[in-house]
Amino acid sequence: MTEIFGFPVVVVLGQLVLGLVNGSFYAILSLGLAVIFGLMRVVNFAHGAFYALGAVTALLGLKLLGVNYWAALVLAPLVVGLLGILVERLLLRRLAGLDPLYGLLLTFGIALAIEGTLQQLFGSSGESYPVPEALRGALNLGFMILPRYRAWVIVASLAVCFGTWFVIERTRLGATLRAATENAPLLQAFGVNVPLLVALTYGGGVALAALAGVLAAPVILVNGTMGSSIVIVVFAVVVIGGMGSILGAIVSGLLLGLAEGLTKVVYPEASNIVVFVIMALVLVLRPAGLFGRE
Amino acid sequence: MALRTLTRLAAGLLAGLGAVAATAAPDVVIGAIDDQSGVYADNSGIVAIKMAIADAGGTVLGRKITLLTTDHQNKPDIGASKFREWADQNGLNVVMGGSNTGVNIAMSKVAAAKKVPLFVIGAGGASLTNEDCTAYTVHYGYDTTALANGTATTIVKGGGKSWYFLTADYAFGTQLQTAAAKVVEASGGKVLGAVRVPLSASDFSSFLLQAQGSGAQVIGLANAGEDFVNSLKAANEFGVTKTMKPAGLLVFINNIHAIGLEAAQGLYLTEGWYWDMNEASRAFAKRYVEIAKRPPNMVQAAAYSATMQYLAAVKAAGTTDPDKVMAELKRLKINDMFASGGYIRRDGVMIHDMYVMQVKAPKESKYPWDYYKLVKVIPGEEAFGPVTGLCPLAPK
Repeated sequence: MTEIFGFPVVVVLGQLVLGLVNGSFYAILSLGLAVIFGLMRVVNFAHGAFYALGAVTALLGLKLLGVNYWAALVLAPLVVGLLGILVERLLLRRLAGLDPLYGLLLTFGIALAIEGTLQQLFGSSGESYPVPEALRGALNLGFMILPRYRAWVIVASLAVCFGTWFVIERTRLGATLRAATENAPLLQAFGVNVPLLVALTYGGGVALAALAGVLAAPVILVNGTMGSSIVIVVFAVVVIGGMGSILGAIVSGLLLGLAEGLTKVVYPEASNIVVFVIMALVLVLRPAGLFGRE
Repeated sequence: MALRTLTRLAAGLLAGLGAVAATAAPDVVIGAIDDQSGVYADNSGIVAIKMAIADAGGTVLGRKITLLTTDHQNKPDIGASKFREWADQNGLNVVMGGSNTGVNIAMSKVAAAKKVPLFVIGAGGASLTNEDCTAYTVHYGYDTTALANGTATTIVKGGGKSWYFLTADYAFGTQLQTAAAKVVEASGGKVLGAVRVPLSASDFSSFLLQAQGSGAQVIGLANAGEDFVNSLKAANEFGVTKTMKPAGLLVFINNIHAIGLEAAQGLYLTEGWYWDMNEASRAFAKRYVEIAKRPPNMVQAAAYSATMQYLAAVKAAGTTDPDKVMAELKRLKINDMFASGGYIRRDGVMIHDMYVMQVKAPKESKYPWDYYKLVKVIPGEEAFGPVTGLCPLAPK
């Protein structure tokens, strides 16, 4: 059997593919955070809670209204995104122009409130979301068995990430959004409704979190606190990619998934800290992040 | 008018005095310290404890029973300081300790110092009646030794000789693995290896593929709660359960409900109690469902039984004096909806039969929460093992 540094190639390849799956979740989640931070300078601590809310919305939709997975993929982010817009208009807006610390505290409070409410309503044991019919079964890649659903996660995530990047970096809407971060008063003077833009941005970022939640629902247990552990990793991803950098968030999300996968081959116990070790290194060597501008 | 008010006031005062005289004997105070908001919140026994108090008529020895509850938030210092506060200020007579071995170890130190009996109900760590035992600790319901003895022995005897463990990387996980590995080897099986998984990992697939690569027949899941659910779900998704037999080392019925029968079917696990075992258990479950809206698991049934047993011991002793009550507790037999012929051994372990269960396939399940079929009843002495001698109160 061929080996890389004493580890069978088959094992390494398998872990890399799995790393890519996890990286896909990191990428979508950190993308949402990066969009919100980049355009609003808000460190959105409620991101993990909105991710859980997306999954719970999909689950409730299925159980109560019979909304299937594919419809949930669109509807859950829409519902949660609208809630995000409400949060922005009613709460976050009041903190505009203040120290970013206030936004952080507010969103942290929102996260606790959402997670607490979900736990109160649905208990801590959680429930399972069934894998959609069309994506059941597994693909034999020769070196490993990859469940179809996980393959779909990679494809869907890459499409969403590329789509978001394209909208922000290559369209007129994106150009307006970016202009709003550079100089909001000037843009407003040109007749652009900046407050609306900001609300939509927050809604959009939150909708991305909810989408990640729906994608994750068939894979992991759906409960109120499902986002609380992943959100910490995702913050590290955003810092590594460079705060506010869209491309940085996507690329570092995927790369860190791969790094984690490799760590699981070499020393599994360290797999949940490897991201933070990398973060520390990046902060020392390149404080602005891999893709950030000084 | 003024006179009438005065008369009323006087009457009220007299009535008040009368009330004071009637309650001269202090309340019997039961404390319930449990996780009510965290990962183990669904195992909370408080509803069951309330049911038991109501069934006892709210009084014992003619004294009113008061229940104090608090959320220990899985923090040992919170559990221990609340215990101490109640003992110092509220005339605490007994504590029903819920989930989390760490919190219960901290509380048992207070129990010994304040001479207040502590019933450990939700937590599994067998050290509570070994290295960490006290004269006032009772471990009620199940412990890690009994779980390992049940599941591991049954699987090895059924032909699952080679094992690989997927272990939660903290004290509880490693203790569970050690206990199970000992049993596997003692019954003629072999442990091929183990992978230590960080607690609350977001993805278990990588670790499962490593387990599969070991070529072992059995994958022992030495984890609990959400980690257990997520690892078993992934094992199914990646086809690991087609080549390896999964063994759940700490599983509650609410976990099975969360996974769903489709993914959980065939799993072997050990329970101290199951709602659908007999008339008494079904009757209790029916009453419990009316209040809590979901069937009780073994921890909740044990909480009811423990509260009833404490009250019975108080009645038998004719006092709440902790030493006399402990003596009664260790003398009385336990025959109720939870156990038959159960008793509390000198080291504090409550000995009763344990049940090896197998999760039903979806088509075998006929009604809601019809999840288990009984594989084997393990007699109490066998399940909990002999006195180890590690507890100074109970030399070998």
